[in-house]
Amino acid sequence: MTDHHGDIDSVTGKSTTGHEWDGIKELNTPLPRWWVISFYLTIVWAIGYWIVYPAWPLISSNTTGLFGYSSRADVAVELANLEKVRGDKVAALGAASLADIEKDPALLALARAKGKTVFGDNCAPCHGSGGAGAKGFPNLNDDDWLWGGTLDQIMQTIQFGARSGHAKAHEGQMLAFGKDGVLKGDEIVTVANYVRSLSGLSTRKGFDAAKGEKIFAENCIACHGDGGKGNPEMGAPNLTDKIWLYGSDEASLIETISQGRAGVMPAWEGRLDPATIKAMAVYVHSLGGGK
Amino acid sequence: MNKTVNPNDLTSNDDNGPLYVAQKKVYPQSVSGTFRRIKWGLMAFCLGVYYFLPFVRWNRGIGAPSQAVLIDLPNSRFYFFFIELWPQEIYYFTGLLIVAAVALFLMNSVGGRIWCGYLCPQTVWTDLFYAVERLVEGDRRERMKKDKSSDPMKLERISEIVLKHSIWLLIAWWTGGAWVLYFNDAPTLVKELVTFQAPMIAYIWIGILTATTYVLAGFMREQVCTYMCPWPRIQAALTDEWALNVTYRYDRGEKRTSVKKAIELRALGEHVGDCVDCYQCVAVCPTGIDIRNGPQLECIQCGLCIDACDNVMTKIGRPKRLIGYDNDINIQRRQEGKAPVYRIVRARTVAYSAIIAAVGGIMIYTLATRSLLDVNVLHDRNPVAVRLSDGSIRNAYTVRLLNKSGYDRVIAIDANGPANLTTHVVGIDSVTPDRPMIVIPRDSTSELRLLVTAPAESNPEKSVPVLFHVTDIGLGEVATATDNFVSP
Ligand code: SF4
Ligand code: SF4
Repeated sequence: MTDHHGDIDSVTGKSTTGHEWDGIKELNTPLPRWWVISFYLTIVWAIGYWIVYPAWPLISSNTTGLFGYSSRADVAVELANLEKVRGDKVAALGAASLADIEKDPALLALARAKGKTVFGDNCAPCHGSGGAGAKGFPNLNDDDWLWGGTLDQIMQTIQFGARSGHAKAHEGQMLAFGKDGVLKGDEIVTVANYVRSLSGLSTRKGFDAAKGEKIFAENCIACHGDGGKGNPEMGAPNLTDKIWLYGSDEASLIETISQGRAGVMPAWEGRLDPATIKAMAVYVHSLGGGK
Repeated sequence: MNKTVNPNDLTSNDDNGPLYVAQKKVYPQSVSGTFRRIKWGLMAFCLGVYYFLPFVRWNRGIGAPSQAVLIDLPNSRFYFFFIELWPQEIYYFTGLLIVAAVALFLMNSVGGRIWCGYLCPQTVWTDLFYAVERLVEGDRRERMKKDKSSDPMKLERISEIVLKHSIWLLIAWWTGGAWVLYFNDAPTLVKELVTFQAPMIAYIWIGILTATTYVLAGFMREQVCTYMCPWPRIQAALTDEWALNVTYRYDRGEKRTSVKKAIELRALGEHVGDCVDCYQCVAVCPTGIDIRNGPQLECIQCGLCIDACDNVMTKIGRPKRLIGYDNDINIQRRQEGKAPVYRIVRARTVAYSAIIAAVGGIMIYTLATRSLLDVNVLHDRNPVAVRLSDGSIRNAYTVRLLNKSGYDRVIAIDANGPANLTTHVVGIDSVTPDRPMIVIPRDSTSELRLLVTAPAESNPEKSVPVLFHVTDIGLGEVATATDNFVSP
């Protein structure tokens, strides 16, 4: 090791680098050997890393590395493992009856957690992430159910859907009384007001309640039942409660009666496995509206 | 004007510079004295705590771990004697870290690098490894001779080296072993470890800590303190002129002379220093420096040079503590003929102590008043409120109940708001419909979906506060949480 031109700092007795600023000279304090070696080793390590792991971006892909490692493949393996770990629990879910799931806190928690994620992936686009619904898409948190709100009924609706084309799907629709020429304009307005009166909403001035009742009896009772209480067999909503799928104002009602309604709920059987559908039914039921 | 540097000089110098230096082997000599005794004592204490603490038992009742200090990662619990911490209480560790950091500052402002010299794991284990080395290979002179020997590969020498490294590895392995015992029931894990039933991760950790202990304490030694540890540099910024540091009192030591000459000169009435230039202080130094050159980054302030010099002073009949804990102010003052002053109570130390007391006090208070029953409530956001078919309004909440006690509890939940609120927990058919009851097993949390309904005629305002009462039916302990009841 060389000293610099014999330039020795008088105070410390160490050699200097010969650099001088403002009369202050820099002492020559070399790094320890192991430190320098470790530094070179990190460089070697980094080069090894480039070769072994995916590293260099190419125009439309990247170098894949010696071992073909990718974090995506890792995730796939982890997911498969997870599936295996959860196997027992999911099997228990599949085996238990809907009512038993709700009674077993552990199964209920599992079904709710699983149902929630599946709901977010599949149902949220129509029903909203929390099942709050929107115009034409039922709110699943309330206690008004077109096709029935018991656990089994909810499960059935999820499995086969409504007007979904599935052989076991719920069928039945609101006829288009205006479009099909069954009722005339003023009759539609009258019956719309009559329906509003059923749930205690205000009616148009001069509206003839008796005439409304007569039109209702002739055309609507078949589906909506006596007094308009609805019929879950046909998906006919209860007209006396405070919940309206397509709006309760006169204009909305006139539109409903004139044009008819036939919302579609897809069938999930075949798309989701039975345990998942069960979990979803329990989740929807636990949202609070279930009967 | 500044002297300008000729650029050619710079390049020519750079090209010739040594890029690195090899580690200079240090051969610290054994020494006896006050500070050595303190160091032995602290070493025994620290290692004793570290190696045996996992075996201390603590009865927490059936089903709960009976290890006094346990970091239970799978169940997210931390046990420390009578304290049991949950993940929500991780802030206790923040408090602990604050106290630890300020305690380090306080030590530093009182007595310099006390931590480095006496308590730091690097110091403690290196010291232990040196003791082993000395026992096997002999003291400084012998070791130097053996290393220099032109014929080192004699059987005797080889067996010595093998023995030394075996003992080192044994200590290192035990160090790694003790580490994993903090994360699992110690006696069980020991059994599993020897029968190779323990989880892989335990062996991996033992391997890692064996390797680091062996390398850091056996080979890196003082290099860790000088080149790898940031603390010397930080403490240099924290210290002040009153902090006591291991100091060579050059006012007393200079001018250095031999023992004989000193006696002669003193007889003639001339001033001579007490330092007899025997290099004992250098020989014992574990970082291999000469403290007589003044305060240095490398000095970990272990005080061993004090012991070494004290022994010399006793032998030549001069007063002790030519090297001692002192500060530069006093060296100045003595030279000016003034009495030295020591000031431990000063703004800095008072402030640090106050911070420690305050943070420690808050932690003790919160620990003492910590409840064993807790409730967190989260309002559903989507939808915030639902109108039911009869016109009543319902809000849904996610309620998380924490039972931190060692027994199962029966809990009743009420929601107190403006109107006649009714409460229902999904999944529970309660006998008391407005006051759902539920059992929470000991040492666990339960998450419930709570539905709160206001009747149609109550007409609550847009948003009104609700108070949730969670009552332990048996003990009467109550936890509360507030949220809002919202109308559409
Ligand atoms: S100079 Fe003294 S106090 Fe400092 S490290 Fe060496 S022996 Fe220890
Ligand atoms: S041990 Fe004391 S007397 Fe000996 S060289 Fe060091 S300071 Fe001087």
